[in-house]
Amino acid sequence: MDISYHDVLLVGGGGAGLRAAIAVAETNPNLSAAVVSKVYPMRSHTVSAEGGAAGVIRPGDTLDDHAYDTISGGDWLCDQDAVEIFVKEAPEELLRLEHWGCPWSRDSDGRVAVRAFGGMKNMRTWFAADKTGFHLLHTLFQTTFKYKSVTRYDEWFVTRLLVDEGRVQGVVALQLMSGRIQAITAKSVILCTGGCGRVFPFTTNASIKTGDGMALAFQAGVPLKDMEFVQYHPTGLPFTGILITEAARSEGGYLINKDGYRYLQDYNLGTPTPQPVLRNMELGPRDRLSQAFVKEVEKGRTTDTPYGPVVHLDLRRLGEKVINTRLPFVRELCLKYENIDPIKELIPVRPVIHYMMGGVHTDNDGATPLAGLYAAGEVACVSINGANRLGSNSLPELLVFGARAGKAAALAAMEQKPPSERVVSQALDEKLRLEQQFLRKTGGRERIATIRSEMHKAMENGAGIYRNQTSLQKAADKLRELRERFREVSLDDHSLTFNTELLAALEQSFMLDVGSAIVESALHRVESRGAHQRTDFPARDDRNFLAHTLIFNNSDGSTRVKPAPVVITRWPPAERVYGVQSEVKQTAAR
Amino acid sequence: MAETISLEVFRYSPERDAEPSFQRYDVPLRKDWVVLDALNYIKDKVDGSLTFRWSCRMGICGSCGMMVNGEPKLTCATFLSNYAREQGPLRVQPLRYFPVIRDLVVEITDFMTKLQSVKPWLIRGKEKPISEGEYLQTPEQLDRYKQFSMCINCVLCYSACPVYGLDPVFIGPAAIALAQRYNMDSRDEGAHERMDILAQHEGIWGCTFVGECTKVCPKHVDPAGAIQQYKLTATIERFKSFLMPRGAK
Repeated sequence: MDISYHDVLLVGGGGAGLRAAIAVAETNPNLSAAVVSKVYPMRSHTVSAEGGAAGVIRPGDTLDDHAYDTISGGDWLCDQDAVEIFVKEAPEELLRLEHWGCPWSRDSDGRVAVRAFGGMKNMRTWFAADKTGFHLLHTLFQTTFKYKSVTRYDEWFVTRLLVDEGRVQGVVALQLMSGRIQAITAKSVILCTGGCGRVFPFTTNASIKTGDGMALAFQAGVPLKDMEFVQYHPTGLPFTGILITEAARSEGGYLINKDGYRYLQDYNLGTPTPQPVLRNMELGPRDRLSQAFVKEVEKGRTTDTPYGPVVHLDLRRLGEKVINTRLPFVRELCLKYENIDPIKELIPVRPVIHYMMGGVHTDNDGATPLAGLYAAGEVACVSINGANRLGSNSLPELLVFGARAGKAAALAAMEQKPPSERVVSQALDEKLRLEQQFLRKTGGRERIATIRSEMHKAMENGAGIYRNQTSLQKAADKLRELRERFREVSLDDHSLTFNTELLAALEQSFMLDVGSAIVESALHRVESRGAHQRTDFPARDDRNFLAHTLIFNNSDGSTRVKPAPVVITRWPPAERVYGVQSEVKQTAAR
Repeated sequence: MAETISLEVFRYSPERDAEPSFQRYDVPLRKDWVVLDALNYIKDKVDGSLTFRWSCRMGICGSCGMMVNGEPKLTCATFLSNYAREQGPLRVQPLRYFPVIRDLVVEITDFMTKLQSVKPWLIRGKEKPISEGEYLQTPEQLDRYKQFSMCINCVLCYSACPVYGLDPVFIGPAAIALAQRYNMDSRDEGAHERMDILAQHEGIWGCTFVGECTKVCPKHVDPAGAIQQYKLTATIERFKSFLMPRGAK
């Protein structure tokens, strides 16, 4: 078997992985860093982020304000020490991107412009029109070319982690182009594989977002944290699930029901004003807006379409100039995919799975409980997002914690000895498993697409915006059945060259693990908090559940759940208040 | 199921086939479906071995470029219904001028190497410390290079470029547009360095401003414009280098 040696491996080449790779190179250019990605890095899903990246830069705004918004937005489940690090380092990271050439939108004086965003008290969201993630990713990718110590394994898929003597020693990976399966060893490994939106049927997430890193860590015994918190973004296009950025609302878009009524005023989100007001109405947090949609459906005040009920986003009043300069991608997507021009027409929207607050359990340097293993970006749960992430916090998160993990992993790698010989036999075992289970297997009557679509249905019905014991239990049972049936999967494709069906099978197996972790964690949390709303336990219960959920994989495939404390530094748990009264309540609370 | 549309899809597996062939599939003709949806339908329901790349399905990741009825297209942004009235089946082929790995998947290593060779990153003589804040750049300065920064690396322009078709050494439209993206950026000081690389090959002078690259670009980048601009920059830089010692600007 071929084996290659590096000091630090980045699994995933999106924003977090590339930022981490640069951090490794800058910490010590003599370390060999390798980015292993199942797609060319510039195809990674960071590319789809639209609205912007939060970082305090303007006079009048403060780090404490950003921290408070993030913590209250997360319904007090964020670790406040992590949030304090995050808000402090976010502006530095965004400036670094500027120095690397990111084409941030500018004010007329040449300074970086900021815009309002949901749940944020002040304007602090940096943006590159409405293609912020695209520009951020391409800037990072092109900048990594500079660093000679960074090598890439483009279109290689990691199938398992190599663990020996209690530490991670590398990965087994499959090269798509050749079908070669080999060990890639390293002294530190950073998982940067993003989220797992594809366990649900209706998502903004790209097809590649299958929870690979979460499953890899989980299988290696590393706990996943707060997996029950799944974010629905309130404004996705029906059918495609394409995201219409929150920036559309921060620029002044209205959300209206079938009667043309700005229904958010009925859900404790403030009173309508003609111009957008921060933390009010359309600029409320995503969890609350998505929940309001479900209530509108129940009241019969939504519009029916072939793809389910919708409300409408009204941008018409913004006019052509604002739309073309601040929201050009929104217009492009509407024209191309809905045949609608938002300058003149209403945009049909409905909540859509967007982001995982939960992920691989890490500390503030991205380190997981498994020695040598790190995680950063959406795959990780530090946690700065708590029970609900605020829009425009995910891009700075992947920069801040990508950089921290890269640095920590580099320093740790400098202290480590080369991998043990035993990992070679582990890698051979894995190769054999892949061949026997998929490539050389005959018979088997299950199709991947069938399993996938049954999983989708189970997740949507069982673990959607509102859940309860019955719905979750049903989903858990279904997933258990699907995991059994997965053993009977048979492939049409047994070839070695670019076998995307094999890839889909491996991803499907990861998704079943991650889906189960979501459902089991949601069953455990018998309260409602942020994005996790239980109809059978509608109130927040700080006495019993102001705690993270850690879920572990047992060797027999069952799971166990253990709570972990939330770090509270300066912001004791309080009521989450949005709308015009939020200022009053916040002042009173201080 | 009411209406269907026929697709004729390029198939080639190096392990199995001596020659490529076309396979015909009938798929439902749905109003909302793009060509990529049809390919996914085939893969899920009919033939799991059909091989193609895709990811975001919103025209930004750049993965799913293919030849659709002879034209380079992002298949996630190309509706089946646009072809419903055409004679004969809809032909889906891999992007031309690239080696085929399998079915609709092409080898783009050549592009990746070329992209890196033009030094597509901000080059400065002296870095300003982060503590001193951002480099100022007015919206007008941003506008000078912004459209070139929109390139998603989908490489449709290479498949449209007759020069690249004849001479694969040509550095090509997207790489030149991205070089120009940095050359035109008010924060950048690397135009001279990039010129050395770009001017090494005759390709750039071979571009006859056919403009096919610009026509097929799904992001309205104007690589043809970049090439023409670049020829001017290169001429000026070359002229300067006669007058001044190397490295001076």
